[in-house]
This record gives sequence, C-alpha cells and structure tokens, in this order.
Amino acid sequence: MRDGVDDLEIGLLLEALYHRYHYDFRHYARASIKRRLIQAREQLHLSSISAMQDSLLHDPSTLPRLLDYLTVQVSEMFRDPSYFRAMRETVLPHLRTYPSLKVWIAGCSHGEELYSLAILFREEGLDQRTVFYATDINPTALRAAEAGIYPLEQVRKFTANHQKSGAKSSLSDYYAADYGRAVFDKTLRSRVVFSDHSLVTDAVFAEMHLISCRNVLIYFDRPLQDRAIGLFRDSLARKGFLGLGSKESLRFSKHDAAFSDFVRDEKIYQRAEP
Amino acid sequence: MSDPRIKAVAIGASAGGVQALLQILPSLPARYPLPVLVVVHVPPDRSNALVPLFQSKCQVEVKEAEDKEPALAGVVYFAPSDYHLLVEADGSLSLSSDELVNHSRPSIDVLLESSADAFGPALAGVVLTGANCDGALGLRAILDAGGVAVVEDPETAYASMMPAAALRACPSADVMKLDAIAPYLLSLGTA
Repeated sequence: MRDGVDDLEIGLLLEALYHRYHYDFRHYARASIKRRLIQAREQLHLSSISAMQDSLLHDPSTLPRLLDYLTVQVSEMFRDPSYFRAMRETVLPHLRTYPSLKVWIAGCSHGEELYSLAILFREEGLDQRTVFYATDINPTALRAAEAGIYPLEQVRKFTANHQKSGAKSSLSDYYAADYGRAVFDKTLRSRVVFSDHSLVTDAVFAEMHLISCRNVLIYFDRPLQDRAIGLFRDSLARKGFLGLGSKESLRFSKHDAAFSDFVRDEKIYQRAEP
Repeated sequence: MSDPRIKAVAIGASAGGVQALLQILPSLPARYPLPVLVVVHVPPDRSNALVPLFQSKCQVEVKEAEDKEPALAGVVYFAPSDYHLLVEADGSLSLSSDELVNHSRPSIDVLLESSADAFGPALAGVVLTGANCDGALGLRAILDAGGVAVVEDPETAYASMMPAAALRACPSADVMKLDAIAPYLLSLGTA
C-alpha cells in the first residue's frame, strides 16, 4: 500500500517551514521535493520527516542545511550552448540598441549561468552598460555565486560549452586556477547585484530587458509557474526577453498571450506589445 | 496473466535498451489502455533520435514527456535527455535537473520510485537489459507499494548486469524473456 504517512509529514514540514521561516515550498512539484527530503532525512540521520520538522523548529542550524537539500540545483556554465549562441546571435543585436540594460538571472543558484551571461556580454561589448541582478532564495547559494569558485574538474565541460556557444575568447581568460579550483575574475561581478528574492512570495523590483530563468519553473506546480511567469511579464520592459530551460514552456501558461516566440527552439520569448 | 488492477507501466532500459524496446513497443496497439513511461539511457548526442525512431515504428502514440502534462492512456512517454522524469501524485509528469542518480540523468530509479509513489499497487514496472544497477531500488519500491515487478531474464538479456541487480533486489519479480514481455504488457489493463 502507498505510504500516506510520509506525504502527510512532508505537507506538515512544508507548512512549518513556511510559517516559521517564510520559505514557501508548498507549491513546489511534490515528487522531487519528496526525493530530496528523504535524502536529507537519511543524510542528517533523522528517523522520520517529523523528526526533521522537530529539528527544523528547535535547532537553528537545521534550516540552512535543509535549504541546501531543497534548493541547490546542479548546473554548469553555458549549459545548452545553443541557448547562449541564440542569445549572442539573435537577442544581443536587439539589446545593443539600448543605452543601458538590466538583466535578471532568477534562481541563480551557484552562479554558473550568471557568469556565462557576464562573459557573453563582455565578449559582445555590452557589459559596461549592463546591470545584472542575480537572485536566489538560498543565502548559501548566493554567497557561492558571489564567490565565483568552481571545481577545476568541471571547467573542462564549461570550456567545451563556452566554445560551442560561439565564444570570442577563451574561458581561461576569466579565471585563475588555484589548488584544484577555478576562481573567476571578480571584474565579471563588478556590475552584479546579488539579492535574496523569491519567485513564490516576492514582487517586481526593477524593469528588465532580459530575464533568464532556466530549470527553475520545472520545480513548481502549475499555479506557481503561472505566478512566476506573471512576475516576469510584469518585470519586463516593452519587447524585453525571457529565456527558459530547454524543457520549459509558456505553452500551458495563462500568460502565454503576453509573450511571443522569439527563438522557439531555445525557449526564448519576447514580451508582446501590451 | 490479465491484471485489470494495473493503471500504468514504467520501463527502464540501458545498454541494448533501444533494441529491446524495439521488440516491445511496436506490439502495442494504438488504443493501448495504459500510459507507458520509459527511461532509456542513451548518450546525450543520440537522444534526439529516440522519439522519432519509435514514432516511426509504433502504432501507439510516442512522445517526449513534457513538464506537468497528464500521463494519458495509449501514449508512450520517453524521458528527455538530461532530465529526470517523475510522476506526481495526481498522475501528471514532472521533470527535474537534479543531480545524477546512479551516474545517470534520466535515472530509472527516479522514474520507478516516483511512479510507485503515485500509482501504488496499480503500477507494473519493467527492468530490461543494461550494464549498471539503475532501476533495482526503483523496482523494489514498486513491489513495496504493492505493484508488479517484471525483470528481463538476465540469462538472455543483451547486458545482464542491470536485470540481475533488479532481481537481487526483488527476488519475487516475474522473470521473462524479451519476447514474452510484449504479450504480458498486452494482457494488462484488460478485464
């Protein structure tokens, strides 16, 4: 028989997390939340999800550890190089016509996508007129993004991806190797604002020309996806651009009509005329 | 062998899996009464050919699973390359780019465990040929939830390691030679 107790406990834990700390995972897609919580329960050596809730409510050190299980996505720089190639060849020629630009990386996690876009904008000569907003709900992830340090063994893949994106420079121009780590050039983040922001509970904070939010919406249920997409619609300047993950789509969203396909295969959309 | 309890089928395959699935899925009729969820490990550069290949060979509808779509009867859903495929409690599908499981994304365990959770005793899980151990824990979860576990006979499978591991985790699973699996699937979901 199905073990309904686990599901009940998970629902209660997510309520506790919301009411005590205002982190709202209640409308995240439950199947993957459950996998992560079971993994957390095992690795934190807790006997049940209820024991985890007890620990969450009474031991302040549990929250950041639990958030790491619930939020941190694995990513890589220039993941899906064709997306970045489309940005370079199709979107940036439009952005070039603006004297100043705002770009939002929503759900930036450890910053792989932020640095990818920062390098892309530098290669295309747009970095000095651009402010990047890198947001996430997990403070630990934001600190990692701000540090810009990645294991050197991952950099080979990053480099191959970067080349496939139509690179005009070498990725090694942007980092220093140091004891098995690649430390990325701090000038890449001189025009980056790192900030705590939730697509679930927070509002519009600036008018953007480009929003890139990849492999974040798949973790949300449909109503929450609609909320986030509505937030993107309201955040975008006229004819601004929205880039999603390769398996994400506006096709089923109630805000579908507010956007038009710009590069269909890469899930890059443009804000339609109001 | 008829088993009207069953409401969905989940299949995992790895090395030799495309050839094995070509001996199974083309046998399903266009109006097959169950949804079929499939994870097959293939190199990312070859993955885009998978769905068109099976579309050209099958009567049943074949598509890549899309995030949050309902799993419908008579449709075979393949996990997209580089994403895990999961089933939600309401029977809809979701994708995740979480870390690799058993060195794989998509992972068979992730599909089978979440399907077991969603469908409980109404699920038939099938582990086919493969040269790793993905799927063993997932098949165990299906049995634990009261569902049906089927393993391709390791003696005759193209690669025995994966079905053998599944069988070690699930000694009570039904062991079938490849050519018996399509007839078995055809028997499901019909009174």
